[in-house]
Amino acid sequence: MKTQKIGAWIAVLFGASYFIVPLIATFEFSLRMRRGEYSFDAYRSVFSDVQFRESFSYSIVMAILTIVFGVLLVVPTAYWVRLRLPQMRPVVEFITLMPLVIPAIVIVFGYLRLYNSSSYIPFTGSARGTDLLLMFSFMTLSLPYMYRSVDTAMRTIDVGTLTEAAQSLGASWPTIMFKCIFPNVMSGVLSGAFITFAIVIGEFTMPSLLNRPAFGPYLQLIGANRAYEPPALAVIAFAITWGCMVLLQLVSRFSKSAPSKP
Amino acid sequence: MSANRAIDLKKTAIDWLGITPFLLFAVMFLIAPTLYLVTGAFLNPAGEFTFENIGGLFTDKILASYWISIKVSLASSIGGALIGFFLAWAVVLGGLPSWIRSSLLTFSGVASNFAGVPLAFAFLATLGRTGLVTMILRDWFGINLYATGFNLLSFVGLTLTYMYFQIPLMVLIITPALDGLKKEWREAAEILGATNRQYWTKVALPILFPSILGTTLLLFANAFGAIATAYSLTGSTFNIVPIQLYAQIRGDVLHNPNLGYALALGMIVITGISNLIYIWLRMRAERWQK
Repeated sequence: MKTQKIGAWIAVLFGASYFIVPLIATFEFSLRMRRGEYSFDAYRSVFSDVQFRESFSYSIVMAILTIVFGVLLVVPTAYWVRLRLPQMRPVVEFITLMPLVIPAIVIVFGYLRLYNSSSYIPFTGSARGTDLLLMFSFMTLSLPYMYRSVDTAMRTIDVGTLTEAAQSLGASWPTIMFKCIFPNVMSGVLSGAFITFAIVIGEFTMPSLLNRPAFGPYLQLIGANRAYEPPALAVIAFAITWGCMVLLQLVSRFSKSAPSKP
Repeated sequence: MSANRAIDLKKTAIDWLGITPFLLFAVMFLIAPTLYLVTGAFLNPAGEFTFENIGGLFTDKILASYWISIKVSLASSIGGALIGFFLAWAVVLGGLPSWIRSSLLTFSGVASNFAGVPLAFAFLATLGRTGLVTMILRDWFGINLYATGFNLLSFVGLTLTYMYFQIPLMVLIITPALDGLKKEWREAAEILGATNRQYWTKVALPILFPSILGTTLLLFANAFGAIATAYSLTGSTFNIVPIQLYAQIRGDVLHNPNLGYALALGMIVITGISNLIYIWLRMRAERWQK
């Protein structure tokens, strides 16, 4: 029993140092910009960079659009599959897992061939069209997480009874969807939204190959050309990811402690 | 009778109409692009069926990039799985204070999502030529890391970097499996006179084996498809398959678009097989978790 506990402590200490040392090192490096002393110059340089602000706000807008359209696609689908097409569940679930199986770079390769400016649906023919395609590609990337969290939330409510109750009170389909189903799966929607946000903000492959000015390609560009800004950006990116995950945990804890509605 | 039938038909039609947007989305943005590449891999530029592109994969340069990709993915998935397993074991069965468990799980949630370009920056700041650990080793211990042949922009460096998101992913997936080990199994084994070692080799590990192997395969696929970290760490000097494909998409460096499709097909086959085995093993593992 004693040796077991010592072993456990060794494992945890080893793991903790593997996780924490790079974070300390990154932070330390980001302070080194001024020779001989520590300063926040690198952060000042990052925040005053116009490109940083532009690419970051571009990615935030993209993340919000992705979340809105992703939710509008996933919630009604998950609802409908539970209510009317239970026999389709394995198929839908398989499709939602496909983005984990097919690497992102392969998917975007397909887009570039299928939707180029000389095709039937020339998404990449214009900047707006490419933005739209990029949003769809982000929706694809986040589909596994979004569907999983919404479907898990939907498992805890009785979709059939809720629908019948709403219908017998004369509710229309949009009312059922937005006033009855959505509020009940809000915890799942929020969890999915935070993961989607973290994914979209850092994604490099898709915006880079679609040539859009997102945050991921900007990071890569800075990494190739500067010395002290990259670790500062890494610290910022880590803080964003951390924020998303903490919010996610808060939401799931909150929804667990809430009394379950039969 | 026929009126009923018409109503039934209408109902079925409405049922299917409900998931049409989703199916349309899936076809347009998942299935069609993939099928396009898969069929393209079996066509020559004139549009005739051929195995030439698949054969074209078996040249030294492309085989070498598949091999280095497989090596990095294998090393980082096995390393990640081993360390992740011991970490999960430590917090579930090691008798540690419970705050360690919750902080490890929270941190794992963050770190498993902390990949891509920023991760490369973090490791450059740690183990790069002027990174903190490199400097500390040099100034405090007199060890010149880069004189020993270590290079962050290499197989070892990339593996170490990938493990930063592989270990947490293993922790997140394997912790529930360890939680599922019932106390009664251990007690039963002890009553029958089993030693700790016998309990682990004859009871616990055989039960956990599908979960461990399955998760390792998932980590493998995860590393195999990743590009952003490697690309910003090494530029285009380190020829793993995703980087090769990236260069091919940007500028047809293979001088044959259809060979590019074959390269993509190869990636789908490898990640596809490892994921399928993962799903199959997971179903086996769930038998014990009921």
